Amino acid sequence: MQSSVFFGLSTVAYILAMIAYITYIAFKNRGIGVAATGITIAGFASQTTAILLRWSEFYRFSGMGLIRSIPLTNLYESLVFFVWCLILGYLIIEFKYKNRSFGAFVTPVAGLALAFIDLSGMSKDIQPLVPALQSNWLLVHVMMSFIAYAAFALSFSTGLMYLIATTEKRKEASYFFWSITFGIFAVVLVSMGIDWFIYKGAGMKPEAFIRSYLFKSTFMSGSGAVQAVSYILGALLIFVIWRYGYVLKRVIEGFKLSPEMLEEITYKSIAIGFPIFTLGGLIFGAIWADQAWGVYWSWDPKETWSLITWFVYAFYLHARLLRGWRGHKISVVAVMGFVAVIFTYLGVNLLLSGLHAYGSME
Amino acid sequence: MEQKGVSDRIWSFFSSVKLAIVVFSLIALTSIIGTIIEQQAPPERNITIIAKFVGQGLAPGAYTVLEKLGFMDMYRSSWFLALLMFFALNILVCSIDRFPAIWRQVTTPLKPLPKDTFNSFGITSEAVIKGGQEGAKERARKALKSIGFNAKEGADESGGYQFFAQKTPWSRFGIYISHFSILIILIGAVIGIFFGFKAFVKIPEGSAYSVVFQNRPLKSEADFAERGRLLDMLETARGDLDYLARSLGISTAELKSRLKRYGIIPLDFTLKCDDFDMEFYGRSDMPKAYKSLLTVFEGEKPVKSKWIEVNSPLKYKGVTFYQSSFGLLDDVSSGEAIFNIKTPSGASETKRARLGESFTIPGSNATATLVDFSPALRADEMGRPVTYADVMNNPAVGLQIKSTGGEVSGRWILKREPESGFLQDGTLIQLVDFWGVQYTGLQARKDPGVWVVYLGCLTLAIGLFVAFFMSHKKLWVRLQPEKGGNIKVQVAGSASKNKLSFERQIEKLTALLKEEKK
Repeated sequence: MQSSVFFGLSTVAYILAMIAYITYIAFKNRGIGVAATGITIAGFASQTTAILLRWSEFYRFSGMGLIRSIPLTNLYESLVFFVWCLILGYLIIEFKYKNRSFGAFVTPVAGLALAFIDLSGMSKDIQPLVPALQSNWLLVHVMMSFIAYAAFALSFSTGLMYLIATTEKRKEASYFFWSITFGIFAVVLVSMGIDWFIYKGAGMKPEAFIRSYLFKSTFMSGSGAVQAVSYILGALLIFVIWRYGYVLKRVIEGFKLSPEMLEEITYKSIAIGFPIFTLGGLIFGAIWADQAWGVYWSWDPKETWSLITWFVYAFYLHARLLRGWRGHKISVVAVMGFVAVIFTYLGVNLLLSGLHAYGSME
Repeated sequence: MEQKGVSDRIWSFFSSVKLAIVVFSLIALTSIIGTIIEQQAPPERNITIIAKFVGQGLAPGAYTVLEKLGFMDMYRSSWFLALLMFFALNILVCSIDRFPAIWRQVTTPLKPLPKDTFNSFGITSEAVIKGGQEGAKERARKALKSIGFNAKEGADESGGYQFFAQKTPWSRFGIYISHFSILIILIGAVIGIFFGFKAFVKIPEGSAYSVVFQNRPLKSEADFAERGRLLDMLETARGDLDYLARSLGISTAELKSRLKRYGIIPLDFTLKCDDFDMEFYGRSDMPKAYKSLLTVFEGEKPVKSKWIEVNSPLKYKGVTFYQSSFGLLDDVSSGEAIFNIKTPSGASETKRARLGESFTIPGSNATATLVDFSPALRADEMGRPVTYADVMNNPAVGLQIKSTGGEVSGRWILKREPESGFLQDGTLIQLVDFWGVQYTGLQARKDPGVWVVYLGCLTLAIGLFVAFFMSHKKLWVRLQPEKGGNIKVQVAGSASKNKLSFERQIEKLTALLKEEKK
């Protein structure tokens, strides 16, 4: 009950912080910058309180021991924790690099993610744990995975910003890469929004919604004409982003972040995320699977996608450290790494198992 | 000459980063296909999935091509295993290739630096300090100590005096530890494949097994018959493999491999399922725990007993049994209801009955007959009792009660709803269990390689920590007297990682050197 009040406060704080950061970039007023940081810290403190409260609520409710009651057991809780890690990572960067501009990029992501969770009516109920999740490995495995995901998310945003800020010509390969990646993200979000609106997704469980309705009003519609129009409009949106990408470039240039710094943050986030992901995601996951099911590795889609993600980042590190890749080439790898992360985190649960579920329904 | 060229080329092929990058990409890309196509699934399933990508018309053809290429069971296919082997070889050869250079970097003792190379370092700083040579030396010693360096010192060739130190040179091994750990993990996996097994067994409550099973594609009727015959013989021989082998006139090893061909793995002990039980959250159907009470027998003697749960398996003689599934037997007629009956006077008594059997209700002359059983009972919209699941979510038994006066009435008693068992006179009949109609599905595993895998995981964690979070730092401080009694100080340093923080340390060092004596 009380935890939701603090969650609400942190959502508001992050959105206010976003406004403050953008104003700060526009007017370069030091006072506003300090205020922006202050609001972010307040939001972070409030979110921390909310997570701890929810933890204790779950602890009292489940009667299962403190470690096993960590609120990380469903999509809602994991998204909240992800946002928390993201803000923590951002605050560390702000204090280390003494640069606030990046906040204008991170706080909207955090605020919008929390607002999305709220608006989507995602199930926030405290749910009892199914037998497989009742293990002390839950804490370390899930927590470390999400810390790594947040580090990778930071590397993704700095990598993408690097690409946007440093490509000059529209005909360049890396310009195509970032505008199309960005465009696909936009198209997917818009079409999900349309599904949401048409099928009144609010109140549904996100898993069920995505499984039964995702893209059904656009790309996977029953009518061929609607499908064709969707593809044309999607392509058009990507084209517009490609054509007018310089607007985005100017915005990011306004952040006054040097490309070298963006590249360094990208590398450092991956250098922190990679060992944490290896240990917490892969190794602890394998040990837990071994304890629960008697197989430490079974090539199931979740495991395989974690391994794919691991390989992409291993690729990044080898290419950078041994082959000396820099600039556009390496930033493209960083961006692709996070696409793999998103797929590991959401795609496998929602789309891949969904794909197989469709298969069994027919 | 020619021959050396070839072996050299093979060596440099396997030691190249390019190969690593190609293998990484190939493993990642093919794995993606493996996650989309359902592995080891019936063909129809995958044809439906493929049809989503290429359309109905092309799907069967695409399926055949992919099947021929091994994608339907790709993680076991020869080309995927070959990729993994390339991966391992690449790591091995790369490590051997680069090792001597790194070994030299780690073990070569640090020496004073030639005077003119100071400026060529990544991190440098300079200062001029007042005071005599001895005072400057003393100050340098203190400053170095305060930033945590234990420096050696001595005069250099160009008339200066140098302090030099390094920290954690062995952190350069981190990357090798990580790479070798991956090899250790792969070796562990191979040990598991060759010397272990994964199998399953379904044991009904009250039954015992001394074999476990693997999926083997049995093709003909004759195969099934042979499998059945082998199982029968094992049962007659009471699991004594040596005895059975002798009577068949073959060696025990031969018998074992013949059994394995038919997916039968004999254990040298017997495992009995005493009970299987599910717990739920409150009165909901949300499962809280799946539990089996297992007992291990050596011959007739029970030696170990444990309630296993999903995250808590039973280990015996290198074989581990995991709770993996459960279900209701097809035939529930042999089940036995267990009641706990509390009379109004407070006495309590346990009664057992099978379907059709009767018992007297304690404290009265009434009798109860067990007439029906439902694994999961609930009332439908009309209030009629219906069975809503084929697992024992909410077990209930139908009792026909003949009172002392001879009136007959029927009622359902539900395990989850104790109030359903109150009789008019205040007696409470509680259903404790309907025993003997469920089986527990166990995953049995023997994997002598798992400890090797764990060891590899441990060293991988250590290696990555060292490789990413520790840095080999080197530091030189050179003092040279100048005209006018001042001392010129030159500082140079290098760090294998996190240069920024080392730069700050060197800034601090320089500040300490410059500090005026008070």
